[in-house]
Amino acid sequence: MIGTFLEAIGRASRTTVADIGYATRMFFQIVFASGGLWRRPRLVTDQVHFIGGHSLVIIGISGLFVGFVLGLQGYYTLNKYGSEQALGLLVALSLTRELGPVVTALLFAGRAGTSLTAEIGLMKAGEQLSAMEMMAVNPIQRIVAPRFWAGVIAMPLLAALFSALGVIGGYLVGVKLIGVDEGAFWSQMQGGVDLWNDIANGVIKSVIFGLAVTFIALYQGFESQPTPEGVARATTRTVVFASLTVLFLDFLLTALMFN
Amino acid sequence: MLNLVEIRNLTFSYGERPILSGLTMDFPRGKVIAVMGGSGSGKTTILRLIGGQLQPGAGDIKVDGQPIDTGNHERMYAMRRKMGMLFQHGALFTDLSVFDNVAFPLREHANLPDALLRDLVLLKLHAVGLRNAAHLMPAEISGGMARRVALARAIALDPQLIMYDEPFAGLDPISLGITARLIRRLNDVLGSTSILVSHDVNESFQIADYVYFLSQGKIVAHGTPAAMRESTDAYVKQFVLAHADGPVPFHYPGSTLAHDLNLESRIDPAAIRGRKR
Repeated sequence: MIGTFLEAIGRASRTTVADIGYATRMFFQIVFASGGLWRRPRLVTDQVHFIGGHSLVIIGISGLFVGFVLGLQGYYTLNKYGSEQALGLLVALSLTRELGPVVTALLFAGRAGTSLTAEIGLMKAGEQLSAMEMMAVNPIQRIVAPRFWAGVIAMPLLAALFSALGVIGGYLVGVKLIGVDEGAFWSQMQGGVDLWNDIANGVIKSVIFGLAVTFIALYQGFESQPTPEGVARATTRTVVFASLTVLFLDFLLTALMFN
Repeated sequence: MLNLVEIRNLTFSYGERPILSGLTMDFPRGKVIAVMGGSGSGKTTILRLIGGQLQPGAGDIKVDGQPIDTGNHERMYAMRRKMGMLFQHGALFTDLSVFDNVAFPLREHANLPDALLRDLVLLKLHAVGLRNAAHLMPAEISGGMARRVALARAIALDPQLIMYDEPFAGLDPISLGITARLIRRLNDVLGSTSILVSHDVNESFQIADYVYFLSQGKIVAHGTPAAMRESTDAYVKQFVLAHADGPVPFHYPGSTLAHDLNLESRIDPAAIRGRKR
């Protein structure tokens, strides 16, 4: 009984260490294979369109609704202390520092991450990646690297859109619906939001989240079992690992940036 | 050099499970060589080893006099440019049209003007009879057509070696005949060498110059198709005549039926002897 238990722990540890090794190797393969993309930028821009463009609607609508809720909740809380003029500041800081990058990354993992994993997994199952290798074309360079950089580029753009629409949502609810002073809403925001401390740090967060989510999605697809069940499991793992990684990284980055 | 591909004492295992053991094969230039055998006999593994997608446990593989070295990516990719491979189900890129699928290797490896690339792709598609299907997507064509598009893609760079992995599997008789004739014709027109992995006896024997029979990772017989038809080897006879039982048993090896139904313990041998009397 104890022997079996120890055996299971040993096997799980070995698998985890091997996974980390394979993932690290793949990450460096992507980095080294990326040089050629300067000569064919179209490969990346096409993927920015597929990954980013197709996520626009869900990110935009979510940003607007999060802004609505922030406007309502912020007003109820600030009103107790007679500080409802600070609503604009609260909405903007919440979005640029935290909600913009984090919620966008979680939505991105669900929308684009799963689609990347399934696409690569099905290409593997359909022997398309093997066919590419046999045509002397490196699938890491031709398929994985463009998608990786497209995800890294698309993520901060989507997070910016999320935050911008969130601010508009907060404005519509706070100013137009509840009646907070419009001048105070915008001026408090302008005076309190710092370009570097708040916006730049938020952008850095979203770039790191984009890198993490896209890499996890691509790795899971590339290493998936080439069967329908294997691809389904890989897709689930993408959502779980990517979401947990985003939340963990957010804690780490917040502690470092806003110490 | 007479042989384009030479395999010497090749051994390969998936983990603990041996797949190929001590294999020696020659694939002469300009010929169509069929590698035949039952499912799981290691036929496709041979193609993957020649293509450098798998690393042999022991032994040597040489293509055009050059050893296959899976550790050297640059050299491996350079060697693969001399090869074309037709996968069992075509392995077409589903997000690209028929035209773009065939154009793919040319775009990746040859910096051709658009007009020339277009003409070349249309010629390749014409060779497989699908020039007018160039605009279709893979989802819009039949399995047989997909196989022919994949064939056009495999010959896009005029390879010296074309490998076919089960090209006849799942095809209707018309597509089957077309594919078989195309394999032979393209081999002769391009002056290439073809390795045909298949278990379709009639079509393979019609187009092959030489046949290797594989069973449990070993060569059990080889010769011309005519010699194989006349062979007295039990395995070859079972395979060619499609007998259900023989060296390859109908029943998966294991315990007997009497044992599984607990008949052995219920039968009293003494009672049987008494009844006989």
